[in-house]
Amino acid sequence: MAKITVEQERCKGCGICIAFCPKKVIQLSKNLNPKGFFPAELINEKECTGCAICALMCPDVAIEVYRQEREKK
Amino acid sequence: MKKVFERPKSLTDVHFTYCAGCTHGMIHRMVAETIDELKIQDRTIGVSPVGCSVFAYEFFNFDMVAASHGRAPAVATGLKRSLPECIIFTYQGDGDLAAIGTAEIVHAATRGENITVIFVNNAIYGMTGGQMAPTTLIGQKTETTPFGRDARAHGYPIRIAEMLATLEGSSYIVRTSTHNPQNVRKTKLAVKKAFENQLNNKNFNLVEILSTCPSNWGLDSIQSLKWLEENMIPYFPLGEFKNI
Amino acid sequence: MKILMKGNEAIGEGAIRAGCRYFFGYPITPQSELPAYLAEKFPSIGGVFLQAESEISAINMVYGASCAGVRVMTSSSSPGISLKQEGISYLAAAELPCLIVNVMRGGPGLGTIQPSQSDYFQATKGGGHGDYHLIVLAPHSVQEMVDLTYLAFDLADQYRNPAMILADGILGQMMEAVELKEYASEIPHKNWAVGKSQGRKRNIITSIYIDPKVLEQHNLRLQAKYKIIKAHEERAEEWMKEDAEIIIAAYGTVARIAKSVIKKAREKGIKAGLIRPITLWPFPDKYFQDLGKIKRILTVELSSGQMVEDVRLAVNGRIPVEFYGRMGGMVPSIEEILEQIEKINSQIERVKL
Ligand SMILES: Cc1ncc(C[n+]2csc(CCOP(=O)(O)OP(=O)(O)O)c2C)c(N)n1
Ligand code: SF4
Ligand code: SF4
Repeated sequence: MAKITVEQERCKGCGICIAFCPKKVIQLSKNLNPKGFFPAELINEKECTGCAICALMCPDVAIEVYRQEREKK
Repeated sequence: MKKVFERPKSLTDVHFTYCAGCTHGMIHRMVAETIDELKIQDRTIGVSPVGCSVFAYEFFNFDMVAASHGRAPAVATGLKRSLPECIIFTYQGDGDLAAIGTAEIVHAATRGENITVIFVNNAIYGMTGGQMAPTTLIGQKTETTPFGRDARAHGYPIRIAEMLATLEGSSYIVRTSTHNPQNVRKTKLAVKKAFENQLNNKNFNLVEILSTCPSNWGLDSIQSLKWLEENMIPYFPLGEFKNI
Repeated sequence: MKILMKGNEAIGEGAIRAGCRYFFGYPITPQSELPAYLAEKFPSIGGVFLQAESEISAINMVYGASCAGVRVMTSSSSPGISLKQEGISYLAAAELPCLIVNVMRGGPGLGTIQPSQSDYFQATKGGGHGDYHLIVLAPHSVQEMVDLTYLAFDLADQYRNPAMILADGILGQMMEAVELKEYASEIPHKNWAVGKSQGRKRNIITSIYIDPKVLEQHNLRLQAKYKIIKAHEERAEEWMKEDAEIIIAAYGTVARIAKSVIKKAREKGIKAGLIRPITLWPFPDKYFQDLGKIKRILTVELSSGQMVEDVRLAVNGRIPVEFYGRMGGMVPSIEEILEQIEKINSQIERVKL
């Protein structure tokens, strides 16, 4: 279980996260943000592995990544 | 779920003023994360340049000093000499560092000034609208080389990392890139080492980071990363040029 | 107790006593004794002496150290001061205190190493870009090289403004007895400086204000500060002014010569006196307000006539202001200036007839 959140106002819709997402679960929204960009959004939470590659590459540091912690036995 | 990636504390909440897809922002994040990880936010002073990162003092969340064009290494010298217990870094573009500020960077390096330099090489003058930089590639079209850079008329692009590595005073000189996740990770490690070295009083440390300028290259964000990989890396090879 | 010192060294000793421990400079004649003095003295008192790769670097190192809140200085001579102008504009804009010493030599260009006063405009009217002022102090003796160094550091800190000592090669090289008075002022705490933050809000030092409305406000604030400095800090020496009909206006080395001229003139029955500006910026206008019996002013400079413009502004047409100057490192003799005084005196008499 994992997910990302994209800070909509901060995102400039550059598409870098989309290009590098190994699972192809990010796309540009159809709604403009206040800056005039179409921001990125997660479209398929089930597929997201929380690899954080999108966040690593995001030039605007707009992405936060959440992951279910594995139970340690 | 647990947050595993968030904005570093050493960045303010201010939105970056960089163009969409410009890798200046990535580099800011890596510097800020490093400062968080080393727990030095309360004693770090950054020196911002003149160039697109002129407002870096708005984005970094610690004491900042704005230098005049090219003089950041001299300003950093004055700071480090009077605040030896503080961590001082400069953040400079290629016009700032490799043209107008060449004397300052060479002499800060040769003095072995105990500072860290983050050198953002995007092969162009971003802020002033895309003129030829000292690192503009042969054949590259810019506003002031509309027919492409011609070595006979405009000289050759300068390899700063290689040059500074020859100086006795430098400790750690490395060139990295931002064009894909693997290289971004390597860049982060290099940035961290360049700060750790300062903490360990190891002379002069510089990370040259190949960066994009989608707006002035006339390419989109993804094409820019590809252009960087295909055109810049052959002339500006990645790797450690000095590590002592 | 007085000791014998060279002018340039006296500035160095004054700086040490005023708590300055940071010097950044680049070699040039005729100020070399000052860096040499500090290079020798600083190591044993924990000071930092750094010979930079250029005057441009040196002034930017000063900028960095000043940001850290320490007392810092640089020194140079005319061609080197030209190179520092960019940095000086930034220092003034960011309101950073420091001391800049200019031991002037003949220009323009590489000129000569002989003494001159031809950097007056550069020092007092700007020099770099933008609307700004330095606090400019002009010593005329080795004693004042020390005393005005104390004052320069104090005023720089008090007003958060770079200060300049404007001397010349003669003063720099001259040996005189000086009394090293105890430096009594306290160095103020600078809460705006960068450094270990220890929980305070972060400090930013910059001179960029991209929004013109904001930049105008910043300029208005600077101008208001300059007005306060002008109101409080005008300084000049008046010498034999009381009954004088002819006043020599001169600063620095020329003021010393002028005193000998005035003595000789008085032996000849000419009532001459001196107004010697000590602060060149702010120019001591108030010393030129009450003209009393004064009928003529002769401004003498080692230049083509720079300070004379400020004298004329201060006098504002009430009486004639004449000028006599030598250039290129030439220094006028007592007789030469006396001749000018006698000429002016005869003109005054003719008017009486
Ligand atoms: C003394 C001076 N000369 C020129 C300029 C104009 N100027 C501003 S930024 C810049 C070049 C910046 O290019 P670079 O350092 O490569 O940074 P980038 O904008 O590409 O990040 C120039 C020439 C200036 N501000 N000051
Ligand atoms: S990389 Fe960042 S700025 Fe670019 S589209 Fe994705 S979230 Fe937005
Ligand atoms: S002009 Fe170029 S370097 Fe500057 S912010 Fe835009 S993309 Fe980045």
